[in-house]
Amino acid sequence: MKRSQFSHISLPILLLVPQLIIIGVFFYWPAWRALHSSFYLEDPFGFGSQFVGMANYTRLFTSAEYMKVARFTLFFTALVTFLALAISLLLAVKADKVIRGAKTYRTLLMWVYAVAPPVAGLVGVMLFDQNIGIITEFFAFLGYDYRLGVSYADTALAMIVVSVWIQIPVNFIFFLSGLQSIPRHVREAAMIDNPSGFRRFWEVTFPLLAPTAFFLVVINITYSLFDTFGVIDTLVKNNPASNPMTLVYKVFVDGFRGNDIGGSSAQSVVLMVLVLALTIFQFRLLERRIHYA
Amino acid sequence: MAVADSYLSVSQTAEPARRKRRGVRLSTIADHAILIAGALFMLVPVYLALTTASHEAVHIQREGLSFGFGDDLVKNFDAALFAKGGFTGAITGTTMLMNSFILGVGFAVGKIVLSMIAAYAIVYFRLRFATFAFWAIFTTILLPLEVRIVPSYEVIQGIGLTNTYTGLIVPLLASATGTFFFRQFFLSVPDELVEAARIDGAGPVKFFIDILVPLSRTMIAAIFIIMFVYGWNQYLWPTLITTEEGLFTLVRGIRQIIQAMAEGSQIPEYGRMMALAIIAMLPPVAIVILFQSWFVKGLVESEK
Repeated sequence: MKRSQFSHISLPILLLVPQLIIIGVFFYWPAWRALHSSFYLEDPFGFGSQFVGMANYTRLFTSAEYMKVARFTLFFTALVTFLALAISLLLAVKADKVIRGAKTYRTLLMWVYAVAPPVAGLVGVMLFDQNIGIITEFFAFLGYDYRLGVSYADTALAMIVVSVWIQIPVNFIFFLSGLQSIPRHVREAAMIDNPSGFRRFWEVTFPLLAPTAFFLVVINITYSLFDTFGVIDTLVKNNPASNPMTLVYKVFVDGFRGNDIGGSSAQSVVLMVLVLALTIFQFRLLERRIHYA
Repeated sequence: MAVADSYLSVSQTAEPARRKRRGVRLSTIADHAILIAGALFMLVPVYLALTTASHEAVHIQREGLSFGFGDDLVKNFDAALFAKGGFTGAITGTTMLMNSFILGVGFAVGKIVLSMIAAYAIVYFRLRFATFAFWAIFTTILLPLEVRIVPSYEVIQGIGLTNTYTGLIVPLLASATGTFFFRQFFLSVPDELVEAARIDGAGPVKFFIDILVPLSRTMIAAIFIIMFVYGWNQYLWPTLITTEEGLFTLVRGIRQIIQAMAEGSQIPEYGRMMALAIIAMLPPVAIVILFQSWFVKGLVESEK
């Protein structure tokens, strides 16, 4: 905190109240309600609810369908995170190295940040469309009958490609800014010690970039879990039936379509715990970063 | 693409020693090849959306997507912006465009005002309550809206805020990102400024308005861009909160398009859909490109 502060009492409270009211009404209350209703079973016709203890949770973890969605989410998250990070790291290293057109490349690689996930999903629907899609045509050329929205694996592929596509810019920006913050004398020393670019990258640059990379892993996991909602919703074309989906999408489907408030709330709570764990993990990393930086 | 560049990063000035050797030439070509491939990967999908927006639906249905332009670009954009009916029923693209701006700007301004005054209270006042407030606000970072979507919807419905701009914007403000960002920035502002202001007899309100706000201009611009893009691109929340078409944003409208596409029996209006998709991405993309350095600064700083 600051050494010198003002000592008014009512003014700071007045300044804090708007934000506190908003988070109280739109954050704490709903979060509490999710926790609360995860222990209740709501009557499907809206006539009251009944306390059922952990029943919603046991129902969840014994449900084959939920476990299938959980497995897909794990697979999806791992793959999107890995691909989005690997591709953008490669691009950032190259963009940091080239002299000509460096600025142009940077712009060309980051503008997609501003494209909304569902808009990207809609473009994806076109590219992967069964009748008109250019990627479908390419698969047909290879002799494969690609069917978006019909085949589970095919829909999953489109989801992963589109999700990676929109996530590359953020990673690229962070990797590039991480690379550019490596001090000049370190780079020069590394250059003299180790003229091989490839080895120099793994032995000098990458370890220095590790804090950025760890931080981005958490960001990308969070992104894959939550922010891909728009991509998934557009690519399954509003018809999740036999298509793959993520845990967050299932919360939505069960809560709004299936009207299973208790089950959906239990899923919300499971996700809350997941995010909590991720955040704690991130803060421990951050702490270490502060200590050794 | 090879625009001569006045900008030299640290790495580039350290490079000449290596460039003398012949073998390096090849590796430079490879570097550019990789970057061009990456740039094309980002560009081509949107380019194809643009070419699709220039063809008649029948043509696309028959020939598939193509890299060449057709003659209907203006017609399709005109239909996407001004024609009523079609896949969205009663509203035009311009109405959705306006709603998107209201959401984007409303969210960004609301976020900046709320979080700046809250951060000011937390950093600049000696108050026990401030620590509690900080943690209460801070905790919201832990749970994204998507996780608590069903109860949030019920709360809004309970207050009767569905199908209002308030219901659309205010619940999105319930997170700590902006407050954090400004807190970090205020902590880096030298203490001497407050002391000087005090000696001059300036109170906390005057100090905030006359010194701190002008000092934060770049930060405000940076966070505005991030928040505008975030607000503009909201999808799940608007989908739940707005069922009246007059309140649809462009991104929300995408859902209608998909639905129409899935249910419709006739040929979907591909050209018009893609025109609308382009219109939906244009404003945020333009802002990010035009104010690139602020945007990058805002992004990198806000995540620290």
